[in-house]
Amino acid sequence: MTSFVSLSSAMARGFFRDRTALFFTILFPLMFLVLFGGLFKDAGASKTDILQIGAVPVVDQLPAEAAAGLDQVLAVTRTSDRAAALEEVRKGDKAAAIEQVGGELIVHYSAADAVKSATVRGIVESLVQQANLAAAGVTTPSVTMRAQPVEDQSLKAIQYMTPGLLGWAIATGATFGAALTLVTWRQKKILRRLRLSPVPLASIIGARVSVSIVIAAAQCAMFIGVALLPYFGLQLSDQWWAFIPVMIAGTLAFLSIGLVAGAAAKTPEAASAIANLITLPMAFLSGAFFPLDGAPKWLQQLSEFFPLKHLVSSMQDVMVRGESFAVTLPDIGLLLGFTVVLAGVAAFLFRWDDA
Amino acid sequence: MQPMSPTIKVEELRKAYGELRAVDGVSFEVQTGEFFGILGPNGAGKTTTLEMMEGLRKPDSGSVSLFGESPWPRNPRLLPRIGVQLQASAFFERLTAREQIRTFASLYGVPARKADEWLAVVGLEDMAGKRNEDLSGGQQQRLSIACALAHGPDLVFLDEPTSGLDPQARRNLWDVLRDISAQGRTVVLTTHYLDEAESLCDRVAIMDHGRILQSGPPATLVRDLDAPTRISIETGTLTAEAARGLADGLEVTDDGVSLTIATRTPAPVLSALAERDALRGLSVRGATLEDVFLHLTGREYRA
Repeated sequence: MTSFVSLSSAMARGFFRDRTALFFTILFPLMFLVLFGGLFKDAGASKTDILQIGAVPVVDQLPAEAAAGLDQVLAVTRTSDRAAALEEVRKGDKAAAIEQVGGELIVHYSAADAVKSATVRGIVESLVQQANLAAAGVTTPSVTMRAQPVEDQSLKAIQYMTPGLLGWAIATGATFGAALTLVTWRQKKILRRLRLSPVPLASIIGARVSVSIVIAAAQCAMFIGVALLPYFGLQLSDQWWAFIPVMIAGTLAFLSIGLVAGAAAKTPEAASAIANLITLPMAFLSGAFFPLDGAPKWLQQLSEFFPLKHLVSSMQDVMVRGESFAVTLPDIGLLLGFTVVLAGVAAFLFRWDDA
Repeated sequence: MQPMSPTIKVEELRKAYGELRAVDGVSFEVQTGEFFGILGPNGAGKTTTLEMMEGLRKPDSGSVSLFGESPWPRNPRLLPRIGVQLQASAFFERLTAREQIRTFASLYGVPARKADEWLAVVGLEDMAGKRNEDLSGGQQQRLSIACALAHGPDLVFLDEPTSGLDPQARRNLWDVLRDISAQGRTVVLTTHYLDEAESLCDRVAIMDHGRILQSGPPATLVRDLDAPTRISIETGTLTAEAARGLADGLEVTDDGVSLTIATRTPAPVLSALAERDALRGLSVRGATLEDVFLHLTGREYRA
């Protein structure tokens, strides 16, 4: 037991003092979260830029509620320079320019972007109709429309990106951690030295497992902490904490992958290459970077074979989709089964020494 | 441990790597408390022999017994009783000297306070807070020896502990090694330094091409060689002709720097030189293990 504790602390110290490892395990994935989280923050609600030339009473006199609704779809910039405004539309910088001349609302649009101009024309037309209805004294229309997206909050990019990128970070951290420890300890003869001490092999592996779980927990804390910032606005479900067992099972699965890579590789460079070759394509094919909902059927079926797919989808289920802990159980079982098989392969390939 | 039984017994040990017979029928015994050296040039099979003794390699044939037990396969009963310093210093990455030795000590259940004492023994107290990457070669070797000894083993294996060190660091380390031996531990050391074996070991085995050529206390090996003593004086102090006349059967050479007289009876030659007041630049050199090696292999010793 003492040997397990001291080996764990030696390994943990070695890791947390290694700036490169810290960067690639924690900061690098976090950078992706910050970058994509920032880029796709307004995804799905992108506004159309239009210009308003002079006073347009139909828009200016909208009731507050309607004005706010308009704000969500149109970004209106006011200008008094008619010629410059038309030029901007012609160049495609703005989708349209509107002006009101007496009772006539004119929409200047460019035929170059048919979709955007159609959007603006549709919106402006509805404004005109509302104004006409109001003028005719109709305050409660007989038919109203309410728009309701079929997707829940999960459509927001940060919602699926946080568990996705976190899953990828955990996978990378565990795989590289195990592979590089095994190779460098063998190369630096630390394994040989440990073999000459009465420490059981189980203590060495147990130490690596516990350090990897601590690192995964640190990754989770950083990711969730950053994603919860108001700027990114992650909304966690009620049973979000149920991701913890999934995270542990996932860490074990990728540790076993790393142990196989470390047992097969002779140098740290080879171990990194193998680990990259496994984790990077898997991240793309498992929905860690983008959702697979729109992917071809064969890819969705293929992804079922990857442990990362099960890690990510289970984490999404409990963290943001509002599913309960029970939903993750099959995935946890799969991840643990995967771990047992690969750990067996790693044990078969294990060598204390180079020669 | 039964009295009178040797700590180590090696019988007809053999190990081949493909065509190369790295160890080719080696047998010897090491008694309790002995400082035993395996001496030989690089590639002589010293390290392979040592690794088979430590239980790191399986012999092709032959047997090793430490305290009456076989070290292969990994024998947990034996491991706490032996301490091994590996040729390459095996340290955990980015740990300080104190953390290294405490980690190794705890693998044997030795408390941290006890481990710290070993830093003092090898003179590294001031370096305790430094990471092993920041230690000099000599300091790393001393730390590595301290890590091998932290659990108080009865038997210590040292594989070329001074290789790559400067002369000052080597001599410092020799003092440490003498202390370890003086505490009653059995020490087995491999080295390619003849002076190291001569100065430290109670008994040496001279190894070449996987075989032990001869073994015994260094002084005995040298004495048995019956090699002449070499007396050198500065060239010009005495002519070679005059030197030959000092006594019978002298072998005289003059290389333009020193005039060297080889003799098996140095005393009369020295007094004759003194009488003639011809002692300028005098040096007297007896035979060394180098001469023994030369005699055994017929070739110059090259580490």
